[in-house]
Amino acid sequence: MKTTNLTGERIKQYLDEGKRFDGRKPDEFRKISVETSVSKKAEGSARVKIGKTEVLVGIKMDVSEPYPDSPNEGKLMVTSELLPLSSPRFESGPPRFPAIELGRLIDRGIRESKFIEFDKLCIKKREKVWGVFIDIYSINDDGNLIDAAGIGALAALKQVKLPKYDEKNEKVLHGEWTNKKLPLSKDIPIITTLYKIGKNIIVDPTLEEEDVSEVKITIGGTVEGAIFSMQKGNSKKISIKDFHKVLDLADKIRKKFFTSIEKFLK
Amino acid sequence: MVLQLQRKLKKMTKNKIERKIVIPGEIIAKGEDYLPGEGTEKRGDEIITTRYGLAEESNRLMKVIALSGIYQPRRGNVVIGRVENVTFYGWNIDLDSPEYAFLPLQEVPTYVNKDRLNDIFEIGDVIIAKIIGVTNRGIDLTIKSRGLGKIDEGIIIKINSNKVPRIIGKEGSMINLMKNESGCHITVGQNGLIWIQGDKIEDELLVKKAIMFVNEKSFTSGLTKEMKEWFNKEKQK
Amino acid sequence: MSAVKEFKRPDGRKPDEIRPMEAKVGIVPNADGSAMFSFGDTIAIAAVYGPKKMHPQHQQNPEKGTLRCTYNMLSFSVTERIRPGPNRRSTEIGKITEWSLDPVVMIKKYPNMVIDVHIHVLQANASTRCAGINAAALALAHAGIPMNDIVSSISIGKLDKQLVVDLDKDEEDWEEGEGATDIPITMTPNGDITHIQLDGKINSKVLKEVIELARIKTKEVYEVQKKALKDSIKEIK
Repeated sequence: MKTTNLTGERIKQYLDEGKRFDGRKPDEFRKISVETSVSKKAEGSARVKIGKTEVLVGIKMDVSEPYPDSPNEGKLMVTSELLPLSSPRFESGPPRFPAIELGRLIDRGIRESKFIEFDKLCIKKREKVWGVFIDIYSINDDGNLIDAAGIGALAALKQVKLPKYDEKNEKVLHGEWTNKKLPLSKDIPIITTLYKIGKNIIVDPTLEEEDVSEVKITIGGTVEGAIFSMQKGNSKKISIKDFHKVLDLADKIRKKFFTSIEKFLK
Repeated sequence: MVLQLQRKLKKMTKNKIERKIVIPGEIIAKGEDYLPGEGTEKRGDEIITTRYGLAEESNRLMKVIALSGIYQPRRGNVVIGRVENVTFYGWNIDLDSPEYAFLPLQEVPTYVNKDRLNDIFEIGDVIIAKIIGVTNRGIDLTIKSRGLGKIDEGIIIKINSNKVPRIIGKEGSMINLMKNESGCHITVGQNGLIWIQGDKIEDELLVKKAIMFVNEKSFTSGLTKEMKEWFNKEKQK
Repeated sequence: MSAVKEFKRPDGRKPDEIRPMEAKVGIVPNADGSAMFSFGDTIAIAAVYGPKKMHPQHQQNPEKGTLRCTYNMLSFSVTERIRPGPNRRSTEIGKITEWSLDPVVMIKKYPNMVIDVHIHVLQANASTRCAGINAAALALAHAGIPMNDIVSSISIGKLDKQLVVDLDKDEEDWEEGEGATDIPITMTPNGDITHIQLDGKINSKVLKEVIELARIKTKEVYEVQKKALKDSIKEIK
């Protein structure tokens, strides 16, 4: 059942006092846990839990032709599925917008940061390059799937071992791995989403809080303050003043957030 | 004759089953001495469980207290729901149950202008109502009694309807304890939606926390006593 | 039976040895019921939603409810990435799962309604449908759905002439002698068959032995399922 207006009003009133229903501060995350190697068959995989929210992220690698406009660069494909298993609100069938949005947000956060060094994923210019497939699945939605997916993607990317490649037959030997890691840069893109509820900005909403939020802004950037990607979601407006608040808070949050997830990115 | 009765009694006490966790398909009683109740069925001369939960025997009646499952609407139940749609004849109410529920405009105690049903309740409003009928078309509701109608303030929380009796407690012992300790008004809908309203949001959230505590510990005996201690601890925080 | 001793399985198991099994209920808090079940590296999860009204309305059955199972493998559950979304294999296994469970689910109680069971394989090393069915049976019981039994599933294999239980991927690809025959079977604790499939080469006489082996081995699976359900209620006194 969607959060009632009644409860929604209370959430807003309480936030005006700077408090949240579960006792957190507006800029505080729930407990985050990450478990890697959830599938031995993946090149890298991770299970992320933020409070009761849970996502699985897995990475597979394959070799194919490069895009014509980047003949010596590897490829990135991010897809996400909001499984009907994970919420009574998700239905079976072709992916709907929220699932597509989730994949796109993670895709751009990673792509634009140049975290994956695509130029090192070229096998033969114009002919063969590595493709990185990141697949995201929701297991339980209690709000903030986006940030959970972001951590999952990073943790899984860090795990990746390249599969063996048979150069003579130009074939990937699926299920056999080398010791080579995925070439990754130091610019780790941290994807955080800020939500506006009434006149307050919060991070890591529960589903209840997500229900009553008016605007969400997803930002991908580094702890040093570089911003690579951004998207405003939901059909409500936000004032310039509030937007400034979002940016300032986001800078702060990224640092805090990174410290709490750093240990999972080894 | 007396001997026979004694033997029978002895057999009964010997076979007496205390509350125990069961899964579907377990044999919980044998012989003609027992009757199958809720969550059980007779297979030959055995009584078999058909629900996951706690098996219990009282006066030779075997039953399973389910821990999960959908809400079974009954006439006379007080329920809490959310207005889902406003139609020409009344309001569709979401009781978080698979059945459709409807509040016809005749069941509202005030005069209703047929063109302005929205003035009474609009989509998203939360109401307390009573079930006046359950048919194959769905559930019919009324708000023509004291204590029923629109809720203006407070929070709504949701638990599984099968756990409602535990939240209320024996003769209301649990819910009264919560009311006294928190000073909140609490209405427990039989469908598992609960309305909490207090002077301060903190008080409402304390009740929410208490209910979730009971919800998880549903099967401990002496829960009311434990609850009292819980409140003492929480208040010292 | 001297051949039994000499026979070496690729992973060193005895012919009638099931890989370590693990089961847990309540893994998806949002769902009405949920569970995971694993045979070694093969891990399946299942969640149940419902009973709820069937939509679209023309699919409603006034005679009885509908059990609707979907089965899917996560793209990275196997070494070569599977394109997300349903395919012919997953559609068939979804249906097979429905047939496996239908005989024990008391679906008559829920006319016009649907019970959704979503199964996902997180990591695959053969016997995924069996793990999925085992998880689904647990999730249904956990959701409080009335059932007159729990079903348990296992794959029996014939490698050349040797019968083995719980095939893994290496064994599925067995090529020596008569090669591999894969026979997933689902049974009630009484030994009634709710599902059987076969791929390979066998005769009726051996197949009867297979059934007998399955009858014994599904009991082991059943014990693991039963424990998972019972362990999830801890607070009983």
